[in-house]
Amino acid sequence: MSRPDYLLFDRNTRALIYGLQTKAVQRMLDFDYCCRRDTPSVGAMIDPGKNGSEKMFWGKKEIFIPVYGDIKSALMANPDIDVFINFASFRSAYDTTLEAMAFDQIRTLVVIAEGIPERQARHMRAVSQQRGKVIIGPATVGGITAGAFKVANTGGTIESIIESKLHRPGSVGFVSKSGGMSNEAYNIVALNTDGLYEGVAIGGDAYAGSTLLEHLLRFEANPAIKMLVCLGEVGGEEEWSIVEAVKSKKITKPLVMWVTGTSIKYMPKGIQFGHAGAKADATRETAEAKNAALKEAGVVVPQSFDDYDKAIKETYQKLVKKGVIKPAADVEPPVIPMDYAEAVARNLVRKPTNFTCTISDDSKDELLYAGHKISTIIGEGYSVGETIGLLWFKERLPRWAADFMEMVLKLCADHGPAVSGAHNTIVTARAGRDLMSAVASGILTIGPRFGGAVAGAALMFKAAVDEGQTPQQFISVMKKKNIKIQGIGHRIKSLKNPDMRVVLLKEYARKSFPKTRLLDYALEVEQLTTAKKDTLILNVDGAIGVLSVDMMYGLGWDEERIQSVVDSGGLNGLFLLGRTIGMIGHYMDQNRQKAGLYRHPWDDILYDLPSGK
Amino acid sequence: MAQRGIREYHGKRMLARHLDSFIKQGVGYEGHIVLVDENTDWKKLEKENPWLKKEKLVAKPDQLFGKRGKHGLVLVNKNLAETRKWIEERLGKKQVVNGIEGTLTHFIIELCVAHEAEYYAAIKSAAECDYIYFSLEGGINVEENWDKVVTIKVPVLGGIEEVAAEVDKAMPAELGKNRELVANFLRGLYRYFAAMHFAYLEINPFAIAGKKIVPLDMVAKLDDTAEFLCADMWGSDIEFPAAFGQNLSPEEIKIRELDALSGASLKLTLLNPDGIIWNMVAGGGASVIYADTVCDLGFAKELAMYGEYSGNPSTSLTYEYAKVVLDLMTRKSDKKKRPKTLILGGGIANFTDVAKTFTGIIKALNEYGDKLKKVNARIFVRRGGPNYQEGLANLKAAAEKLGVPIEVHGPEYHMTRVVSDALKF
Repeated sequence: MSRPDYLLFDRNTRALIYGLQTKAVQRMLDFDYCCRRDTPSVGAMIDPGKNGSEKMFWGKKEIFIPVYGDIKSALMANPDIDVFINFASFRSAYDTTLEAMAFDQIRTLVVIAEGIPERQARHMRAVSQQRGKVIIGPATVGGITAGAFKVANTGGTIESIIESKLHRPGSVGFVSKSGGMSNEAYNIVALNTDGLYEGVAIGGDAYAGSTLLEHLLRFEANPAIKMLVCLGEVGGEEEWSIVEAVKSKKITKPLVMWVTGTSIKYMPKGIQFGHAGAKADATRETAEAKNAALKEAGVVVPQSFDDYDKAIKETYQKLVKKGVIKPAADVEPPVIPMDYAEAVARNLVRKPTNFTCTISDDSKDELLYAGHKISTIIGEGYSVGETIGLLWFKERLPRWAADFMEMVLKLCADHGPAVSGAHNTIVTARAGRDLMSAVASGILTIGPRFGGAVAGAALMFKAAVDEGQTPQQFISVMKKKNIKIQGIGHRIKSLKNPDMRVVLLKEYARKSFPKTRLLDYALEVEQLTTAKKDTLILNVDGAIGVLSVDMMYGLGWDEERIQSVVDSGGLNGLFLLGRTIGMIGHYMDQNRQKAGLYRHPWDDILYDLPSGK
Repeated sequence: MAQRGIREYHGKRMLARHLDSFIKQGVGYEGHIVLVDENTDWKKLEKENPWLKKEKLVAKPDQLFGKRGKHGLVLVNKNLAETRKWIEERLGKKQVVNGIEGTLTHFIIELCVAHEAEYYAAIKSAAECDYIYFSLEGGINVEENWDKVVTIKVPVLGGIEEVAAEVDKAMPAELGKNRELVANFLRGLYRYFAAMHFAYLEINPFAIAGKKIVPLDMVAKLDDTAEFLCADMWGSDIEFPAAFGQNLSPEEIKIRELDALSGASLKLTLLNPDGIIWNMVAGGGASVIYADTVCDLGFAKELAMYGEYSGNPSTSLTYEYAKVVLDLMTRKSDKKKRPKTLILGGGIANFTDVAKTFTGIIKALNEYGDKLKKVNARIFVRRGGPNYQEGLANLKAAAEKLGVPIEVHGPEYHMTRVVSDALKF
């Protein structure tokens, strides 16, 4: 698409963005949408070495912007792109800019990076002149053609852009070094004229890719631009070339200009203002000298920046009076939906939450468990049992209860390699699977027959006591219903050959629990069951189950709360948590040994198949 | 930053280390030079540089200022003991140089080279090309004899190879048999200048001793943005000293440290601690304009500081910065009982969250509430950008609660109009 030389950007301009700058790209697309462009101004992005696409918003709709791994393939696939916006860092911006300049299809390049070495910046400019291209930057925010095309982050937020009427063209061409001040200037222009036609910030470095004068001359050549506004800066010789251009009538359109840095003579010698180039080494480079020369040449130069707005307004109104400018009409831009994250930040939206968490909080400065700061938990030396209390029961348990929990963990931590949990863990580890798979495989065996009877025992014994059944009635009822009492029975242990774990639990509870109502009941049941068969003892699951309930009664919890814990099956967590320690141990043990794949021997399996034909 | 001066010592060491690799037939400068400051261990220095005891020496301060001869600060043709005594008499002493008072902290000592002619060579970077200057009339009078200076333009794209023959042609006949030597030297010096990313390099004068070129005096500026390319060649001891006489206050040093630690930009230069106008302005470009406007409206003498905060500083960084400013501002009341005036200025921010940065300022204001009232402070605010309404409202409410008069304005108000408002007493 051919454009006159004076026009860098129009409503059809498409750009290639070097760097995966999704935020800047979204801002460009929002601007496009506001201007009612037909196509997005971003044709593609470069993410070195990667190919794909990025999902972006076009108004409310989502669209894909292609992403290429290198400049060449991006340009080959998008022949309508003629602008290259380079977000590469100061280390690589020079190389990537030179690379892009080698392509005929690129007309305009914008170099964002600050801190590019001066020799490299100067070399880029020389090459661009040889190749007939325009570089904006380095160290710039870019530029904007109102209602047509916006470079990257130019103009600030979309609200600012609309406020400054940048979504539709006016009659003023503006150019400055400073990117920050260009934003301010667009506001000044909008407040005092019919708005901006095109604005460019050439960047604050000593050697810019294009000069203030070059852009003013483009504006001069552009029939749509009726008046020029420029902001110069102390340091350098650039403004003198503008003086010459006005004197020699290369610039004939009214120009309002102010050179900043008049205060430098009151500053200590050698002070460096915000920009690298803003430093006066000779009288000619001072702001006063330049302002005076500009004024003498016929440029509208205010007394100070404070009158800059008035000077612009007066100049504009004269042009309106003369009929040179027919004020551009205001245009209502389409509404851009606000991003959800921003709306949240500004307290403009609300929505019901999908999750509720009442035990821990990582959204604050410091991690909290049930309201207790992690620094307190460590600083005051909470035990593992107390920490479990915080996360399972939302309170710091008294020592006797916390110690009971820890004791259970220790007792359940392992029970040798032959039980189903450890066995599965070992077989899985030996199949070469990772820790998580091996332990998960072990955990999946926990249930009513293995380790998972804690909750069941608590439920059954509590129900019996609550209903006022005698131990005998309980046994009869369960038998009638043909339900096995959970927590009763062991494969080898008996009253004469007791399970040491159960002995320890009973001893501890008798000594430390306020009451052991459920344990006492369960032991009465055990008296009856062992009378029938001596292995029908209260086993370790049963002991943990009934003592957990006794613990909760001892903590003074109300009936409802205790029942909800029992009903949830959460008490199995004590066994699950404890045994995980052992399963991790078995996984490590097998890995240490570099144990190979386990295959069960044939001779240990009875093959008894139907005799098919 | 960009172009920054380096010490003569570092300039000459770099020259000795690298120049000959840019010239077909080297010019053999050996770089017999040492840098002396208050921490110098003279015994160690002697041991590492045996030439110090054997030869006659030259000594002078090395602190980025010129015209040392005119100020009697060059010692010539003395032995080590005399040189040491001369330096020790001056080290740590105040000295007025070119109208600026400062402390002498660094001296160089180098070989005293017997020579006849003194030549001038300089290379300067400009937008469209580099300039090589050469003159037979080197020394302090080169500027007076500028018409005798030979200038060679080096194009950006073609470089020195494109104008190699011009250098030969430009060599004055008076050089006689040394014409080729000097031409080779200048071409090599240019290649060195470009490869090392100098912005300015002046050797005035240099002398010719046999087949060797000896730089007698040197001024150099590097483009410090090229550090990522040149750090090895510049050497690990390279430094960019502050200008002579620039004695920073503790507050200025603190802000420099904060600036160096963060990605944001914080600047503070105290101009007049007794001034009544305190500009705390967001943005590099805007901060200059606010300072300008105060001066343009005739209050230059009352401008207390030049400062700037930008680059999306965090709330806590803004708080630290504001605290330093408020502390300086509230130390003394104005002798004429005029109110101390704080101008919180700024343009329209691109993406800096104005409400957030103002939170830091409000925190500092609350801490200095009583002190602000004691100096009869007033505050003028102008700022735009994301969440500016919220920021302005918060700031107004905070100041009013403290009982400090405040005016706030958004982008509808011309950027510097608060300055003219503030200057009405």
